[in-house]
Amino acid sequence: MTTKTDFLNGNVACAEGAIAAGCRFFAGYPITPSTEIAERMAARLPKIGGTFVQMEDELGSVAAIIGGSWAGARTMTATSGPGFSLMMENIGYAAMTETPIVIVNVQRGGPSTGQPTKAAQGDMLQCRYGSHGDYSIIALSPSSVQEMFDLTVKAFNLADRFRTPVFLMTDETIGHMREKVNLHSDVEIIPRRELKEGELPCAPDENGVPGFATFGNGHNIHITGLTHGENGYPSTDSAEVHEHLVRRQVRKIEDFRNEITDVDVINPDAELVFISYGAPTRTVRQLMADVPDIYGHLNLRIVWPFPDESLLAFRNAKAFIIPEMNLGQIAKEVRQYTNVPIVIVPKLGGALHTPEELKKAVEVAKTVTKPVTEVCL
Amino acid sequence: MNLEDWYRQDRLPHIYCPGCGNGTVLNCTLRAVQELGFKQEETTFISGIGCSSRASGYTSSDSLHTTHGRALAFATGVKLVKPHQHVLVFTGDGDCSAIGGNHFIHACRRNIDLTVVCINNSIYGMTGGQGSPCTPYGAITTTTPYGMHEQPFDLCKLADAAGANYVARWTSFHVKELTEAIRVGFEVQGLSFIEVMTQCPTSFGSKNKMRLATQMIDMFRENAVLKVKADRDAAAGKSLEPGKFIVGEFVRRHNPPLGVEESK
Repeated sequence: MTTKTDFLNGNVACAEGAIAAGCRFFAGYPITPSTEIAERMAARLPKIGGTFVQMEDELGSVAAIIGGSWAGARTMTATSGPGFSLMMENIGYAAMTETPIVIVNVQRGGPSTGQPTKAAQGDMLQCRYGSHGDYSIIALSPSSVQEMFDLTVKAFNLADRFRTPVFLMTDETIGHMREKVNLHSDVEIIPRRELKEGELPCAPDENGVPGFATFGNGHNIHITGLTHGENGYPSTDSAEVHEHLVRRQVRKIEDFRNEITDVDVINPDAELVFISYGAPTRTVRQLMADVPDIYGHLNLRIVWPFPDESLLAFRNAKAFIIPEMNLGQIAKEVRQYTNVPIVIVPKLGGALHTPEELKKAVEVAKTVTKPVTEVCL
Repeated sequence: MNLEDWYRQDRLPHIYCPGCGNGTVLNCTLRAVQELGFKQEETTFISGIGCSSRASGYTSSDSLHTTHGRALAFATGVKLVKPHQHVLVFTGDGDCSAIGGNHFIHACRRNIDLTVVCINNSIYGMTGGQGSPCTPYGAITTTTPYGMHEQPFDLCKLADAAGANYVARWTSFHVKELTEAIRVGFEVQGLSFIEVMTQCPTSFGSKNKMRLATQMIDMFRENAVLKVKADRDAAAGKSLEPGKFIVGEFVRRHNPPLGVEESK
C-alpha cells in the first residue's frame, strides 16, 4: 500500500477517499459547508478519467449519481441540510431500486437555512427516515480528518456490498478542520456483484442482495421505482409482492447489523458510559484523557443500522451519557434498546461540547434515576 | 434486429387506454432505432412518471423508469459515465415542463447528447385528466372545470431558447415525419428535443368535444401548419390563425455538446 501524508481539511480528505475508492462520477450543487468536496472533485476527476457535473439542484444531483451508478461507476454527491431535504425523493428511489450511491452530508444548523457555517448533527433521523415508505440505509459518522478519508472508502464498499444508499453523516467541524491525514492509494475495494447469466435482476442471493445488472453489459433489464417482482417488472397490485420486496430490502441490511457494526468499546466495566459519534467523540476522548480509567465510551463510526448489541458490552452501566449536537436524536434510538437511565446532553449553535460541560453531565449521571434526564448546559 | 425485437414482448399488451397515441409514438421511436441499426446493449431508454413514461417499460434494452420530472437528470448521469450509449428519454408535458421544468431547461443548456421524446397530450393522463402547463387556453380538465385560464408553454421555443441543438414538433398523425425526426435527433450531437402532440381521448378528448381518437387526430391534421408554410405566411405578414400550431423542424445546429466521447 502506498501512502502519502498530507495536512488537509476533512472535506478534501473525503474527496480523496472517494477517488481512492474508485469514485469516477460526482454530481453536486454548491452548498456551505460541503462545497470543498465538489471543488476538489471538479479539480481531480477530469485528470483521472472521471467526470464532474454541477447539477441544477440536489434533486438532480442524486438522480445523476443513480444514473451514473447504473452505468457502472462508483458515484457520489455531497451536500448539507437544505440540499439533503431536497434529496429525499431520489434517496427513496435508490433504496427501492437498490442502487449503490454515496451521499455526504456535512451537517449545519437547521431547520431551514439555519446556520450555514456552524456544525450540527440535526439530520441523523432524517437520514434514516426522511424519504417516504419503509426502507433501511447505512450511515457512517467520522470524528477526524483521517476517518473522513477511511470511512468514505468504507462507504463505497458498503454501498456495493449491500446495494444501498450509504451516507457519510459528518458536520461542519470535521469538514473544515485540518489534521494530518494518511492518503492510501491502494485501499481495499469490495466491488458490487454483477448479475450472472440466467439470474433474475431483482432476485436476492443468500445475503438478500440481487446481482447488479450494469447498463450496457447486455442484461437488457427494466428498473423501476414501482413495486416490482424478481424480474424487475412493475407489479403494483399484489400485496404479497410488495410485502416480500419491502421486507427483503429492509432485512438485507437489518439482518446484517453485526457485520456492519463499527464501534469502539472503551472501559466496558465502567458504570458511567458515554455514547457519541462524530465531532462530540473528540470531546469525550479529551475528557477520558484528562480523567483516565473512570468512564466507559461507546464511539459509533456507523450509526445506522444502530449497533444495539454494542450496548450489552457495558454490563455495569448505571447511566449512558449521550452528548449530541442536536436535541437528542440518537439518544431516542439508544432508549429503545436499554433500561439503563439515559442522560442526554444536547448542544445547539455550532460549538463543540467542552470537557467541563461533560463533567457537569457526569455529576447529573451519578445520581440519575429517571429513564431520561436532560442536562441543560 | 427486427422492429419486433425492440419490444419487450413479455410486457405486452400495454396499459394504455383504447385510442391512446402513446403506442404510435413508441412505435415510431423503435422504428427509428431499428433503422439506425443500434445494438441493444448500446441503447438505453429512460423515463419519468406518467403515461408517456411507461413507454420505457416496453422497450427490450436496458431501461430506467425514474421519479416524476427527473428523467433528464438520471439520463445525464448515465450518459456522462457511458458516453457511447445511445440514450433516449421519454417524457410527457407534465413530467417535462411542470415538475421537471428546471431539469429540462438545464439539460438543453448543457446540450447533453440525449434524444428527448416529449409526448404532449395536453393533460395529466395517469392521474385522471388534470390540467398541465401545456393544456390549451380554455380547455376543460378536472382541475380547470371552467376552462384553463393560464397560458400554455411552447415547449419547442423553450428548448430552442435554452440551447438544444435539435428541436422539432410533430403529431401522432405525422408518423413518417416523427420517425425521421427521432432518427435525426439521435444523429445530431447534443440535446435533441422532439415534441409529439398526441391524443388522449379518455381524459382530454372526452371533456373537450373530441371523444373519439380519430376526432383528435383529425384536429391535429387540420390544425398543424408546416413550418415552411408558417414562415412564408409570417413573411407575408399573416399570423397564425387561432387553434393552429406549427409542426416541423425548428432548430438544427452544432453547438458544442456534452457527453459525447470525442469532447470528453
